[in-house]
Amino acid sequence: MTDDPSRLPPGSDPDTVDLEDVKKQVHELRKRMGSRLTPWERVRLSRHELRPYTLDYVERLFTHFSEIHGDRRFGDDPAIVAGMALFHGEPVAVVGQQKGRNMKERLLRNYGMAQPEGYRKALRIMKFAEKFQRPVITLIDTPGAYPGIGAEERGQAEAIAYNLREMARLRVPIVCVVLGEGGSGGALGIGVGDRILMLENSVYSVISPESCSAILWKDQEHAEEAARALKLTPDYLYEFGLIDEVLPETGDGAHTDHATAAKTVDEALQRHLAEVSRLDPEERSRLRYEKFRRMGAVAEAAAKESLA
Amino acid sequence: MPFSKDKKPLQAPPTEEKTVRTEGLFFKCDNCRQIIWKKELESNLNVCPKCDFHFKIGARHRLELLFDEGQYQEFDPNLTSTDPLNFFDRKSYRQRLEETQKAVGTKDALICARGKLGGREMIICAMEYSFIGGSMGAVMGEKITRAIEAALAEKRPLVIVSASGGARMMEGAFSLMQMAKISAALARLDEAGIPYISILTDPTTGGVTASFAMLGDLNVAEPGALIGFAGPRVIEQTIRQKLPKGFQRAEFLLEHGMIDAIVPRKELREYLINAFKFCLS
Ligand SMILES: [Zn+2]
Repeated sequence: MTDDPSRLPPGSDPDTVDLEDVKKQVHELRKRMGSRLTPWERVRLSRHELRPYTLDYVERLFTHFSEIHGDRRFGDDPAIVAGMALFHGEPVAVVGQQKGRNMKERLLRNYGMAQPEGYRKALRIMKFAEKFQRPVITLIDTPGAYPGIGAEERGQAEAIAYNLREMARLRVPIVCVVLGEGGSGGALGIGVGDRILMLENSVYSVISPESCSAILWKDQEHAEEAARALKLTPDYLYEFGLIDEVLPETGDGAHTDHATAAKTVDEALQRHLAEVSRLDPEERSRLRYEKFRRMGAVAEAAAKESLA
Repeated sequence: MPFSKDKKPLQAPPTEEKTVRTEGLFFKCDNCRQIIWKKELESNLNVCPKCDFHFKIGARHRLELLFDEGQYQEFDPNLTSTDPLNFFDRKSYRQRLEETQKAVGTKDALICARGKLGGREMIICAMEYSFIGGSMGAVMGEKITRAIEAALAEKRPLVIVSASGGARMMEGAFSLMQMAKISAALARLDEAGIPYISILTDPTTGGVTASFAMLGDLNVAEPGALIGFAGPRVIEQTIRQKLPKGFQRAEFLLEHGMIDAIVPRKELREYLINAFKFCLS
């Protein structure tokens, strides 16, 4: 692709083409190919009941996975799994939301909707990793944090808020992958890291299309339109600079081929972990801050224009 | 004339939402149903003189109440949303923004200001609930982050008064990421040992509660304020049962150990002055 000068941005020299440009071109190409799916179809795929879940990846990507339970305050939330493992022989901490594939599992995992103790467990394991200088991998797949009486009583909001602040300053590498549903604050509660990757048929949104329809259209009938309006698919989020890479899925999607999906995630994790692990902790911390600091800067430019 | 209207049989308010109904010189408190002079309500900081119910107040009013002699200098007033998603529901977000800006008189749902409180220089940010429910998009996120960075650079304490339904849907994931952006900035403020007090007023829910509103060195609430992660209706629909009385109110949170204190509006200034005396020399 790089040897065709017509594909390069105007004025660029083929010999000095930088990797970022190539990545952008690949992204454009993929976007055109993937655009046959509507945002709503992507939402449906992100929730597909045969889609690989966190533990399916854990099984394929890691060895010696040993689960760590509980928040040491209230309980153990099965909607979030966490533990130590070896990733290509290196110790890492893994944290992720877990959904269930049958009714029994779904109830046990509460459909991947965590309680405050899930978020507190997640952070506890991340701090454990920090103490021993091990990187953290988080796998995101949740409709959202659980909206229930007990969750509110035990501080759902506080648990998520605290994770956001503490993850921002964790001194070890953090790479986050959105596997399926990136449901709002419940996803972000384990989603602050040096890199945020998304599988092609995953979504990341401030609100579910159904709830958005209920609030803005005053009915449940406009979820499809809401899905389009929210621009919750990885292609848009990459364009907006909110995520770092879109991981392609083969065939009709990850649900048809768990092994290939795992291989894709494996390769991307290795690459990104290697990149962020090379940085010294001060530098990494600064870059992580700047990464989030830039998000939403679009509003700033317009304000300057309007002042002029 | 207002009396003839008020003699009609009293109807229960349609939701739990309490509002001030002004009919000329009078208003009827939706909480205690008593009829009171509007002037009396205003001189009582928008708190019902009969039942102590704390009605919402605008951002400017709030800043006037907190700063010494009501004096402050606003900063970053002109930041405005670029509508990054080109969002459209039944009408365009752009149109909604323009209409709201005109009606409310601010560019977005937050005012940031420098001034003195008890003689001490500080930064106070106050939310404007009448601006799309005080919702947080990129503008609020950017303004709060700048306020935190200013507090850090100038070594001034920070107060954020929240009144918000949470993240703003019409800016999608941009809104969501403001939670992380602000929380990351608060980590730096925390490390620098600069005090930050969060004041949660009615209502404070969603992404605002699940980020900076719960990250104060002190988190204090006004009496009766609705505070939570999920909204009561969402919870009711999820669990399919009625919520207990007083659920998610400030008193409920205090009882469950989730906030540090409930402070009535008229004592808030004094509370902040004392708290900052504790934090700073
Ligand atoms: Zn009253």
